[in-house]
Amino acid sequence: MATTPEPPIADSAITEGGVEAPYPDKPTPVMPYAADFAIAPLLEPRLVEGARDRTMILNMGPQHPSTHGVLRLVLEIDGETVLRVVPDIGFLHTGIEKTCEAKFYQQVVPMTDRIDYLSPMSNNLCYVLAVEKLLQLEMPPRAQYLRVLLNELTRLQSHLVWLGTHAMDIGALTVFLYCFREREELLKIFEHVSGQRMMGSYFRVGGVSMEPPVDFYERVQQLLNIMPSKIDEYQNLLTGNPIWISRTKGVGHLSAEDAIALGVTGPPLRASGVDWDLRRDMPYSGYEKFQFKVPISNDCDVWARYVIRMEEMRESVKICQQALDGMPEGPIKADAPKVVLPDREVMKTQMESLIYHFKIVTEGFAVPAGEVYQAIESPRGEMGYYVVSDGTAKPYRVHMRNPSFATLQAVDKMCAGRLLADVVAVIGSIDIVLGEIDR
Amino acid sequence: MQDAYDKAAVLAEHGANPAIGAIGKSLPDALLDAKFDRGELTLKIAREHIRAAAALVQKSGYNFLEDVTCVDYHPGEPRFQVIYHIVSHGLKARVRLAVPVESLDAEVDSITPVWPSADFYEREVFDLFGIRFGGHPNLRRIMLPDEWEGHPLRKDYPVEGYR
Repeated sequence: MATTPEPPIADSAITEGGVEAPYPDKPTPVMPYAADFAIAPLLEPRLVEGARDRTMILNMGPQHPSTHGVLRLVLEIDGETVLRVVPDIGFLHTGIEKTCEAKFYQQVVPMTDRIDYLSPMSNNLCYVLAVEKLLQLEMPPRAQYLRVLLNELTRLQSHLVWLGTHAMDIGALTVFLYCFREREELLKIFEHVSGQRMMGSYFRVGGVSMEPPVDFYERVQQLLNIMPSKIDEYQNLLTGNPIWISRTKGVGHLSAEDAIALGVTGPPLRASGVDWDLRRDMPYSGYEKFQFKVPISNDCDVWARYVIRMEEMRESVKICQQALDGMPEGPIKADAPKVVLPDREVMKTQMESLIYHFKIVTEGFAVPAGEVYQAIESPRGEMGYYVVSDGTAKPYRVHMRNPSFATLQAVDKMCAGRLLADVVAVIGSIDIVLGEIDR
Repeated sequence: MQDAYDKAAVLAEHGANPAIGAIGKSLPDALLDAKFDRGELTLKIAREHIRAAAALVQKSGYNFLEDVTCVDYHPGEPRFQVIYHIVSHGLKARVRLAVPVESLDAEVDSITPVWPSADFYEREVFDLFGIRFGGHPNLRRIMLPDEWEGHPLRKDYPVEGYR
C-alpha cells in the first residue's frame, strides 16, 4: 500500500497504515476505503440565536409507521418547529444493481418487480423498453396497448395505496378501507392476467408473457365502470373535510425552481406548476396514440399534490378505457425468435422452436453493445433505466433512476420552519416507496 | 463498448444542438468525444471541466438533472465513466455527459453547485464505486453502513462468496 496516493479530502481523519484486502486472492484496490474516514453524526444540536436552549435531535423511524417502510429521518427541532431534516436511507439495500450484472437479460425482469413493490409493472415496462431499445426491436401494437392498459391500472393501484395511507397518516382512517377495497379488485385483475397479485413479471423483453385470459377485458371494463364513482366517493370523504384541508393546505411548500433544482418529478413537480409529463412530452410504448390531460397546479403544497393525484386517477381511467376500446388485433410478441420465447404449443411441435427455446433458456440472448437510458412516467415520477451492454447475454450494468430517491432530497426544503406534525403530511404527499430508494 | 464514438460525424450532424454549441463556443477543450447512438446523444467531457460543462449545458436549456451514475470498465483504463443524464423540459430532448476517470486518481468535481439534486446521486456513486466528488457538501456513504469495506459495484467485487 506504499503507493496509495493521499486522498485529497483534507478535513477527514485518515487512519495510519494500509488497508487490509477484504478478500485475499484479489489484488488490493488502490483507493483507500471510505471506512478510513472518520464518520460524524448525521446532525448535531446547535444553539439557536436568541434562545438559551440548544435545539434537540429527534429520530423518526426507521420503524415509525408513517414513514412508509424503513425511512429514518433525523430531525433537528426547536420546540415543535422543525429546523432541519436529514434522511438516512439504505435499510432495504439489497444490491439489485449488482445482482443484475450476474443474470441473463430475461432474468432481470423479476428483479425489477421487487424494486418498487407498489408499481411492479411500471418497473417491468421501463426495463423491457430499455432492452428493446438496445436490441432495436419494434413492438406489435397489441403488445403496446396491453402494456399501456396494465401500466395505467398499476398507476391506479399505486395511487389507491398512496391515498389510503396518506389519509391514514393525517388521521382520516376510513379512506384506507375504501381504497383497499378497489385495490383488491385491481390485484385480482393482475393475478388473473399474470398469475401473481403483485410480482407479475408480465412484461417480457419482446412483448408480454402470454395471451390475456378470455374474460380479462370484461373484468377490466367492470372495474372501469365503477371507478369514477368510487373516486368521487374518496373525494367526498376528504375534499370538504375541514380537518383534511387545514392539515394539507399551505403545508410543505415547494416552489417550481426548488423542485427542478432538487430533482423532483411526477405529481409533486406538477403540483409546483411545472407542466412536464413524460407520457405526453417524450412518449413511449404508444402513449402518443392516447388522449389525456396532464393536471397542473400552482399551489405547491400537500393539498395540490392530493388534487393532482386524484385527477391523475381519473385520467388513468380514461386511458384504460381508450386502450380497451382501441385494442388492436394481432400478436402480443415481437417477431424475433432469438429473443422471444416461442409459444408453448409451437415449442412442443416444431423442432426449430424447441432449439430456440433451449438456447434462450440456457444461454440467454446476446444484446448488441451500447448504452441506453429509457425513462417513463411511473406513479411517483420519472423512472429511468440505464442499461449498458457489452455484447454478451448478461447486462454489463443496469442502473435504476427512481423518482422517490430524488424527491426525498426535497423533504428538508418542504419541512424546514414548519411544525413537526407536518413532516408526516409531507412524507405522505411525496408518496415514497423505500424499496425503490434503497434498491 | 467504447468504439462507437465519432466526434467529427456528430459535430457535422448535430452541430446545431444547443449543448454542443455552448460547450464548443466557451469551452472547446472540454469536449473530448461525442456519439449519437440509438437516438441518444452522448458527450464525453474532460474530467477537470465537468462542473463548467454542466453549467454550460444547464444554461443552454437542458434544465433538469435526471441521474448521475457510473460504469466500471475494469480492467481497462480509464477505468470508470461517470454518467450524467440531463433532460430539457423546453426542447424535450436528453443529453448524456460521460466523464472518463482513471482508477489511480478517482476524483471528479461535484456538480452540486450547478444542480443541488446531484447530492444523493454523487453520494451513491461514492458509496458503490468509491469515486470521490470534490466540493461535495456531505460526501459519506448512503446505502451501506459507514463501516463497510469495499465498493460493491466495482467489477472486482464478487457478486457472491464474500464474507
